[in-house]
Amino acid sequence: MTRHSYAIARFSGLVVAVLLGLTSSAQAQTDLLNDLEKQTTDPLKREVVTATFKATHIINSQSIETPGNGTLAFLIQHRFGTLNSGAYEFFGLDQAVLRLSFEYGLTDRLAVGVGRSSQEKTFDGFLKYKALQQTTGTRAMPVSVTLFASSAINTLKFNEPVERTTASRLDYTYQVLVARKFSPALSVQLMPTLIHRNYVAKEGMQNDVYAVGAGLRQKLTKRLALTADYFYLLPGNTAKTYQNALGVGVDIETGGHVFQLHLTNSKGMTEKFFVPQTDGNFFKGDIYFGFTVARSFTIKSQL
Amino acid sequence: MNRPFFLLLPTLFLLTAQAHAQGKYMTKTGLVSFFSTSPIEDIEAKNQQVAAVLDLATSQLAFSLPVKGFVFKRTLMQEHFNENYLESDKFPKATFTGRFTNLDPATLATAGPHSVQVAGDLTMHGVTQRVQVPASVELKGGQLLATATFPVSPADYKIEIPLLVRDRIAKVVNVRVALTCQAVASAVGAVAKPTN
Repeated sequence: MTRHSYAIARFSGLVVAVLLGLTSSAQAQTDLLNDLEKQTTDPLKREVVTATFKATHIINSQSIETPGNGTLAFLIQHRFGTLNSGAYEFFGLDQAVLRLSFEYGLTDRLAVGVGRSSQEKTFDGFLKYKALQQTTGTRAMPVSVTLFASSAINTLKFNEPVERTTASRLDYTYQVLVARKFSPALSVQLMPTLIHRNYVAKEGMQNDVYAVGAGLRQKLTKRLALTADYFYLLPGNTAKTYQNALGVGVDIETGGHVFQLHLTNSKGMTEKFFVPQTDGNFFKGDIYFGFTVARSFTIKSQL
Repeated sequence: MNRPFFLLLPTLFLLTAQAHAQGKYMTKTGLVSFFSTSPIEDIEAKNQQVAAVLDLATSQLAFSLPVKGFVFKRTLMQEHFNENYLESDKFPKATFTGRFTNLDPATLATAGPHSVQVAGDLTMHGVTQRVQVPASVELKGGQLLATATFPVSPADYKIEIPLLVRDRIAKVVNVRVALTCQAVASAVGAVAKPTN
């Protein structure tokens, strides 16, 4: 070899070294985070959509939400009298119907609950199961589906002509709650509903009442949302005699708990009351002012 | 024949030295937790889905974590954290990119943790802040262990805290990072692109 070729070798070696050094450091500076993101961002990953609704109830209806694993929710639901009851009744504020309930998340998907309404001294118990959860990503689940089943027992004393049997005091509710969170602000829910009543007072009244409900939540700000729900009674005797339940309201989140304030034509707060027995005409002023306060207690820590 | 060999030797040495003492180290299951202490309530959350890559050769490091990966004691708190505080639908990731300002890879050969300084950009809730953080790194059994504890003030990242819970959430939240990183064989080969 000649000296000439040594020089070329030396020179090219230098160039390679410099180039190597340059590219590696430049790449490290700009691409380290990008590389990391590329490796960790899995486009196929499906993520569950959370917080479709702020609370476990929209207004009258249940929402697809459950309290969550190990969380006990205490709900105070309150309805005053109708706004059109006049000054003597202080526009409804003199009267009140109350439902107290506990809801507990056995798992993230399954919840059990018990409640007591002052209306007809009714106890109710329910199961709620998140069968499907809306997800994002490829082959995403478009909706969340929660199954809801409840039974309610009227514990009034009936003395005449005879005391009623236990079976005749029971009513059952079955619902499929289907919801989609269209955007962080807007969520919509549909709810096919069946109410089965073991006992009806008059001939011609339906033991099985079918209805389709719809609910929505539109956030106005981060902590304030408009809500509405509505139950359409499928044609039949009940639909002829009673009104479709309508509620409009706001959800206010204060940090610790959620206040729900609403106006509705339904006095009852369990399905057996508001679906087949709503008698108020919303547009004639038979409007009950009401609120729901939910307080959550952590029974089982997630950590 | 001597001279090309001499020329080659330092290059070879340089290459092997780089491959040996540094390489990249990375993890996808690092831990980031934070604590907020107030007279009324202690709040704690853990995220074990932290991805991090530390490059000892260039002193560069980067972190990325899904904000939704934070687990709280209370489910409601977790929901509020994502919905209202960090707005994780809008800002799904928190990232850090920066460098060791005083790392000497040679000292890592000695056992035990070594204190280092890390400086860089911390991004969360769509806001980027320059931070300087004391950290500790240790090479142990082929793994790189890295820890750091530093304060973060939610207000610096435009994380709004409503008046009613202001007494419950600390003005300054303590963040703790703990990583166990594996050596990455090759920086190029490590970038595995998912194929559709």
